[in-house]
Amino acid sequence: MEQGFNRRRFLLSTAGIAGGLALPGAPLFAQSANKIRVGLMLPYTGTYAALGNAITNGFKLAVEQGGGKLGGREIEYFTVDDESDAAKAPENANKLIKRDNVDVLIGTVHSGVALAMTRVARETKTLLIIPNAGADEITGPLCAPNIFRTSFSAWQPAYAMGQVMAERKHKNVVTLSWKYSFGEQSVAGFKEAFEKAGGKVVKEMYLPFPNVEFQPYLTEIAALKPDAVFVFFAGGGAVKFVKDYDAAGLKKTIPLYGSGFLTDGTLEAQGDSAEGILTTLHYADGLDIAKDKAFRTAYAMAFKMQPDVYAVQGYDAAQLFAAGLAGVGGDVTKREALIAAMEKATVDSPRGRFTLSKAHNPVQDIYLRKVEAKQNKLVSVAAKALADPARGCRM
Amino acid sequence: MDFSTFLIQLLNSLQYGLLLFLVASGLTLIFGIMGIINLAHGSFYMMGAYMAFSLTALSGNLLVAIVVGIALSVLIGFLLEWALFSRLYKRDHLDQVLLTYGLILIFEELRSLIVGDDVHGVPIPELLSASIQLSETLSYPVYRLFMSAVCILLAIVMYWLIRYTRLGMMIRAGSSNREMVQALGINIDLIYRIVFGLGVTLAAFAGMLAAPVSSVYPGMGNQVLIICFVVVVIGGVGSVWGALVAALLIGLADTFGKVIAPDYAGLAVYVLMAAVLLWRPEGIFRRI
Repeated sequence: MEQGFNRRRFLLSTAGIAGGLALPGAPLFAQSANKIRVGLMLPYTGTYAALGNAITNGFKLAVEQGGGKLGGREIEYFTVDDESDAAKAPENANKLIKRDNVDVLIGTVHSGVALAMTRVARETKTLLIIPNAGADEITGPLCAPNIFRTSFSAWQPAYAMGQVMAERKHKNVVTLSWKYSFGEQSVAGFKEAFEKAGGKVVKEMYLPFPNVEFQPYLTEIAALKPDAVFVFFAGGGAVKFVKDYDAAGLKKTIPLYGSGFLTDGTLEAQGDSAEGILTTLHYADGLDIAKDKAFRTAYAMAFKMQPDVYAVQGYDAAQLFAAGLAGVGGDVTKREALIAAMEKATVDSPRGRFTLSKAHNPVQDIYLRKVEAKQNKLVSVAAKALADPARGCRM
Repeated sequence: MDFSTFLIQLLNSLQYGLLLFLVASGLTLIFGIMGIINLAHGSFYMMGAYMAFSLTALSGNLLVAIVVGIALSVLIGFLLEWALFSRLYKRDHLDQVLLTYGLILIFEELRSLIVGDDVHGVPIPELLSASIQLSETLSYPVYRLFMSAVCILLAIVMYWLIRYTRLGMMIRAGSSNREMVQALGINIDLIYRIVFGLGVTLAAFAGMLAAPVSSVYPGMGNQVLIICFVVVVIGGVGSVWGALVAALLIGLADTFGKVIAPDYAGLAVYVLMAAVLLWRPEGIFRRI
């Protein structure tokens, strides 16, 4: 079996080179009857393990709902744990691309790892779908025809929040985030919208990643007395910040706003300290969307747990790829047609339908959410069909 | 910065420094006195924090969780020393690095299997949940002040234990000449087991006490590991007072670094370390 398989692959590659020569067409046909090889490069250990699992679950749910197939073709999975380690990322991506010959690469959560994957995908022309990492560059200077994203850019939720806070008549705002690219991009997106609407960022404060000693900054905020505070934090840091902010008594006088990750997957740990905080994200609890209700029920049945925004992004990665495959009748070798079909797709996402921008980032509604009884309850649509400006993308 | 803000920042740095001392105190014993490079120190800290979380969830009371947690930590410390560390005293540092690095991986994996990968919070006990109003907009949680008080108490007890008790005398003797102490008929194996158990317990206790403030999350041990070594090295390896002074200095450098030069805040602590080591290569205090 093994030998036959290798021979077929060999024939295929020679067929490709030989082009119109009188080689039998059978190998090509046999190839398209094979399973589609999907490479999942996600974190299955470490801080982001829960996120990697949610994305995988979401992806597999979409495949199962298609009867175990995408675009009429069966799927074979190849999995690598990226450990959220950017140093190992090129090697891990190459393992899937060169050793396992995957037709599409799905990954990942951590932006540093995703940036490395993007570079590898550009070099090897591998089809890459990013189900989370929000670094602006991926659909900015590093954009490419074969690179897609089903999540968001750091700019999107932050920009929407800038508009919201200006509408809420806040004039002077202090920002605080970790000093790393994602935090800085979030603050930049916020500042762009907020200052365009007439507000003023009085002070931008950063602390080294992943330091969580916030007390000096809280003292600064108390001394500056701004109208409101905008922050970007996620995970353990987000929990600690929200609790410290409350314990310092600031929440009563200076309202706290943030990019959605401040209160996503962290509400149980934040407890009452998070109540009432407003955040913006491309997903929310209590969306009045039939697709979302069906998705939540199906996910809860399949995995015995509630889905989150990461599961949605994984689900949509599979949906986007399926749309591409449908456009070429399941034949992944028709690359340009596959990409064109993905570009034109309208993804029927649980978050609401979205299309893709020229740089392959979702053009999507950003929701304003309020923390109520440990849920991120939908308040309103903060920005309708918001597209990332894709600065630096030449495509 | 006006004067009252300056005073509050001073309080912040004092409080952070004391917390650092608490976290590093276990390492002063295991690395400082026993001379073992213990990279798993952060894992013991994490273990404590997760114990505080699970046991508080079970018992509903942080105090009960801490008492039970301390008992468990002593037991785990003894077990680890008996099974693993007792074989390493005569080996070189590289073997200790390998073993303790392996322990980091094992502890992380066990944490993932037993408690999962979610972030958790630990409620502050009702009695200590109030805050004190410091300025118009800022108040200070009583629990943080309580933590500081515990740290000061702990520093005094540790100093007294090592300096003025018979056990402390044997510990000091054992750390300077193991064979001689053994020849005098003292059970040095038992002494080392006790010191190691104490070190593990202190690290876990730090995790338990800090859990309500720091929250509980995967990889939290790795965050404190390096700063703990910095505290012990700046203070002078093996010195309890040294560790306390070093922790307070780091608290000052970190807090005012963040306020005065926010862009270089991450550097402040290491600049301090380099300066101290240039001035006194053995650290601020030598062995007590």
